[in-house]
Amino acid sequence: MQNELLQYTLRLGDNALILGQRLAEWCGHGPILEQDIALSNIALDQLGQARMLMQYAAELKGEGATEDKMAFFRDVTEYKNLLLLELKNGDWGNTIARQFLFDTYNYFLYTELLNSKDDHIRAVAQKAIKEITYHAQWSAEWVIRLGDGTEESHKRIQNSINELWEWTGEMFMMDAVDEAMLKAGIGADLNKVKADWEEKVSQILEMATLEKPESGWMQSGGKQGEHTEYLGYLLAEMQHLPRMYPEASW
Amino acid sequence: MSNKDNWKIWEVFIRSRNGLSHKHVGSLHAPDAEMAIKNARDVYTRRSEGISIWVVPSESITASSPDESEPLFTPADDKVYRHPTFYDIPDEVGHM
Repeated sequence: MQNELLQYTLRLGDNALILGQRLAEWCGHGPILEQDIALSNIALDQLGQARMLMQYAAELKGEGATEDKMAFFRDVTEYKNLLLLELKNGDWGNTIARQFLFDTYNYFLYTELLNSKDDHIRAVAQKAIKEITYHAQWSAEWVIRLGDGTEESHKRIQNSINELWEWTGEMFMMDAVDEAMLKAGIGADLNKVKADWEEKVSQILEMATLEKPESGWMQSGGKQGEHTEYLGYLLAEMQHLPRMYPEASW
Repeated sequence: MSNKDNWKIWEVFIRSRNGLSHKHVGSLHAPDAEMAIKNARDVYTRRSEGISIWVVPSESITASSPDESEPLFTPADDKVYRHPTFYDIPDEVGHM
């Protein structure tokens, strides 16, 4: 039970951490100043959520674990984030598409977690839901503007939505850990989240004059620690400093 | 984003938590009003949340010209009878 709770917490925390890291790559490279700041803000929000969850994970793990050790000294196979979030940023539209697909999921997921029987997770959810609500609105509005924009923007974002679609299924796959957490009243029912997500995504895509892709086979494995080739590089960049100088302090 | 023509400049006014009126805090680029509000929130309320944001397209603002400041503003300076400073305002009235 303790282990399942730890896994569940790591999945939430790693989602926040890996996405925050990917978004941070845009800092200084945004297409226009206001959006550079907006994306950096979202990245910081993600890192804030990651910190809270890493602290809890460290507590659950015990053995002298700390939030920093959890973030910087776990290797690829110990990371439990969704594969969607470790994919490369691509162009602006691709980042927006990924953000939209994930934010919408995260919004409904954290809405469920507001009722979690676990005090820590419920507290994180109460804090995070406000940020996530904003992120979801922001990314949806961008999808609408890019979709219902110029011919070029429409083509590109449709392409991104199509390419990313096969990575969305993993968000809703319930495994033994999810089932155990749901049964304990701690975790969310991903089937409910899926229904809410599909409705919202359909609505926004329609407003954006975009086609919803056909759902086929879905990628998975991230939650179980089986990752794409991208995560290794991301972690190398994120972790090399504390690993090189473990005694360093700011 | 090479087509900057579509990204108007907007002036941003924010009322802080304890403030009474919206204050001009700066300007930003945005393609439309909703985005301007979101951008204003991201750019200008990073550290201390305001509680109200107004955005106005810069082109909608008419400003007085500095060249005209003399005829516009100076006549009242030396006419002390125009300034309502001789009343005692009770505290209950609040700000006037």
